[in-house]
Amino acid sequence: MDFSLSEEQAMLADSISRFIDTDYDFDTRQKIAASNGGFSPEMWRTFAELGWTAVPFAESDGGLDGGPVELMLMMEQFGRGLVVEPFLANIVLAGGVLRRIANAEQKARWLAPLIAGDLQAAFAVVEPQSRFDVANTASIAEASGDGYRLNGAKSVVLNGGAADLLVVPARTSGSQVDQGGITLFAIPAETLGVTRTSYTTVDGLQAAEIVLADVTVSKDAVLGEIDNAFATIAAVIDEATLAVSAEALGIMQTMHDRTVEYSKSRVQFGVPIGSFQALQHRMVDSLMACEQSRSLLYWCVMLYLSDDPRYRSAISALKYQVGTAGVKVAEEAVQIHGGMGVTWELDIAHYLKRMTAINIMFGNADYHLDRYVAAGDAQAG
Amino acid sequence: MNIDLTKEELAFRDEVREFLATDYPQDIRRKQDEAIELSRDDMIRWQKTLYRRGWFAVNWPVEYGGTGWTAVQKYIFANELAAANTPAVIPFGVKMVAPIIYTFGSDEQKQRFLPDILDSTTWWCQGYSEPGSGSDLASLKTRADRDGNHYVVNGTKTWTTLGQYADWIFCLVRTSSDVARRQEGISFILIDMQTKGVTVNPIITIEGDHEVNEVHFDNVRVPVENLVGEEGKGWTYGKVLLQHERTNIAGVANSQYRLRKLKQSAAEPMRGTKALLDNDAFRRKIARLEIELKALEYTELRTLASVQVGQSPGPESSFLKIRGTELQQAMDALLVEAAGYYALPYVPAQYELDFPEGERIGRGTETISSLRYFNNRKASIYGGSNEIQKNIIAKHVLGL
Ligand SMILES: Cc1cc2nc3c(=O)[nH]c(=O)nc-3n(C[C@H](O)[C@H](O)[C@H](O)COP(=O)(O)OP(=O)(O)OC[C@H]3O[C@@H](n4cnc5c(N)ncnc54)[C@H](O)[C@@H]3O)c2cc1C
Repeated sequence: MDFSLSEEQAMLADSISRFIDTDYDFDTRQKIAASNGGFSPEMWRTFAELGWTAVPFAESDGGLDGGPVELMLMMEQFGRGLVVEPFLANIVLAGGVLRRIANAEQKARWLAPLIAGDLQAAFAVVEPQSRFDVANTASIAEASGDGYRLNGAKSVVLNGGAADLLVVPARTSGSQVDQGGITLFAIPAETLGVTRTSYTTVDGLQAAEIVLADVTVSKDAVLGEIDNAFATIAAVIDEATLAVSAEALGIMQTMHDRTVEYSKSRVQFGVPIGSFQALQHRMVDSLMACEQSRSLLYWCVMLYLSDDPRYRSAISALKYQVGTAGVKVAEEAVQIHGGMGVTWELDIAHYLKRMTAINIMFGNADYHLDRYVAAGDAQAG
Repeated sequence: MNIDLTKEELAFRDEVREFLATDYPQDIRRKQDEAIELSRDDMIRWQKTLYRRGWFAVNWPVEYGGTGWTAVQKYIFANELAAANTPAVIPFGVKMVAPIIYTFGSDEQKQRFLPDILDSTTWWCQGYSEPGSGSDLASLKTRADRDGNHYVVNGTKTWTTLGQYADWIFCLVRTSSDVARRQEGISFILIDMQTKGVTVNPIITIEGDHEVNEVHFDNVRVPVENLVGEEGKGWTYGKVLLQHERTNIAGVANSQYRLRKLKQSAAEPMRGTKALLDNDAFRRKIARLEIELKALEYTELRTLASVQVGQSPGPESSFLKIRGTELQQAMDALLVEAAGYYALPYVPAQYELDFPEGERIGRGTETISSLRYFNNRKASIYGGSNEIQKNIIAKHVLGL
């Protein structure tokens, strides 16, 4: 067992950390989030030039062969910087599907420009009724001529408005909640029959509602095997869960640090509020919550690296932990900042909003606790 | 002990229901049910509706226009209003400054201010907090220096809720720093917001709304007759007000209303998918909250009953504030949880009048759940933070 980072890994974390400090301060972030489109194409270009968009992909695909350690390090920094650029949507979600099951031709068409930063993509997996169950797919793809015709609705699709490419699961057989019978499609967003309604999300990101009405695609749009997409979808969502958990840790740690700092400078009753034990104990609790979350995060990453079958339930343990502890740390940070904590002007409020969104994404604490129990892995420890 | 309502009380309840059925303006009801933001005019219209029925100043002494109701009547009234989802009354005039005026003000002040508060002609806001003085209110620095028949006021008040609408502000100001205890140099004065030198700047809060303000006073001349009670006694008066504020803050009936609504919507299955209420963990969360609310409902009733027999709402009012706001916030979080992914879209335009129904994202008011959750983080901060309330209980109830 070894918790240390390789030299390259440490350098990656360090370079993103420095970037956040010098080029992505809170004011810059707020301007980008409020701008038309909600993210900065120039910033995205920089991400690509710095090689960050290539990290998780295989060298043979033009990537840098990064794994879960690299993903964790990046996402933690993105959390710290409240980064709104669509890394999760493009690289972890859509890219995660493409890298796993796209064929050579599809990779050349979609993955290469994605890595180069020239293409925006989205993974349209959530449906109005599905909540956190990714098997629950009511969108239908029927064979039609040489290809397929899709009908259905997709909800809260991250980066769905800006996306050139939509990666869309649809049912080719089975009933609505079956794991079997789902197929993945790569659909250019401009295809006839695709209607998108974009909006900002409460955490300053971008998403869209998408309606598919008789969207016709050729056979070439099918990613991977017909009817057999569930395992891929689940693997990608698990990885995205790991990613946002690392992001959550970056948020928690930042909120906690900022709160301790604030409590030393804010004076009431003639003393810094940090001198009140009622607050001290809670900040100690927050510190422990951060450390406990970090421990589960490392555990998950190590299980992933060793291909351990406990990985899936470990992901649930982690998401449960960051969901509950993360929201608690965030709410405490706001509370200890007093009125300042609920102002738009201060970053603290925006960290709470992102933390709230992360708690929901890919399953909230209750969902993952259920999934952990169902995995029957409670004894595996 | 007896839990049943008397025949008279039941008749009173029917009377309130009847009033709500006929007099609660339809357009305001609709806005409330669809979570559409009320205009200043809407809020005033609703308050005037209550006033015309004689039910606006529920807690005032009858001689000034109060109701003279028993504790149980007040409880029934609050519950019926919550069940009809009526707008919250803006507390600053009727619930906050009026009790100070009728308790400590001069006859002239009572005549001048109370009738306008009663029929909602004037809108008040509360000028206590300052940038450097939140929990430690007694450290406030806004000065009122005597100059002939005027005070000259200089300083900054902050977090002033709905100050952008206000005609008047009641302030705690420092009239003397030459005192043994800093509390003794504080006075309670009433300031016309139109006076030269008053500026109001918006503060945008976490969910993106303009609800609070910073109010600056730059050589604002206030006639001495706007001083309430005695110079240097403002702190004592203000404390009385804070206790009133805290008994008003629990909002149990409203939380119960929201919980009932949530139970209804969570019971509806969605297209081929089990209803949320079929989830055991979720059902238990609802049950826990229901139990906690019932306990607080009866704690509040017990407090009301003791106020009825002449005891003033003492430090126990802190208890209602803490538990009440905790449960409101738990309710807020549960609504976010119920909305799932639909807590994420930031679509305030959906909560404007006549938003086209076909373009709505999410079911019903799901997308407002997160905004309300964020906004209401304030509940454990304002009116004396929950930490301060616990300090009060520890000191004055536990004697620590
Ligand atoms: C949305 C909103 C609306 C408001 N409306 C009004 C209004 O209309 N009029 C008005 O006058 N004010 C208003 N307030 C101000 C409110 O009363 C103050 O925010 C509150 O008193 C806390 O002060 P503060 O924000 O300066 O926090 P601080 O006093 O700086 O407190 C920061 C943290 O330290 C804690 N703390 C402080 N002292 C102690 C202690 N001794 N022991 C333990 N913990 C402690 C607090 O509980 C808090 O968690 C409003 C506030 C908000 C957020």
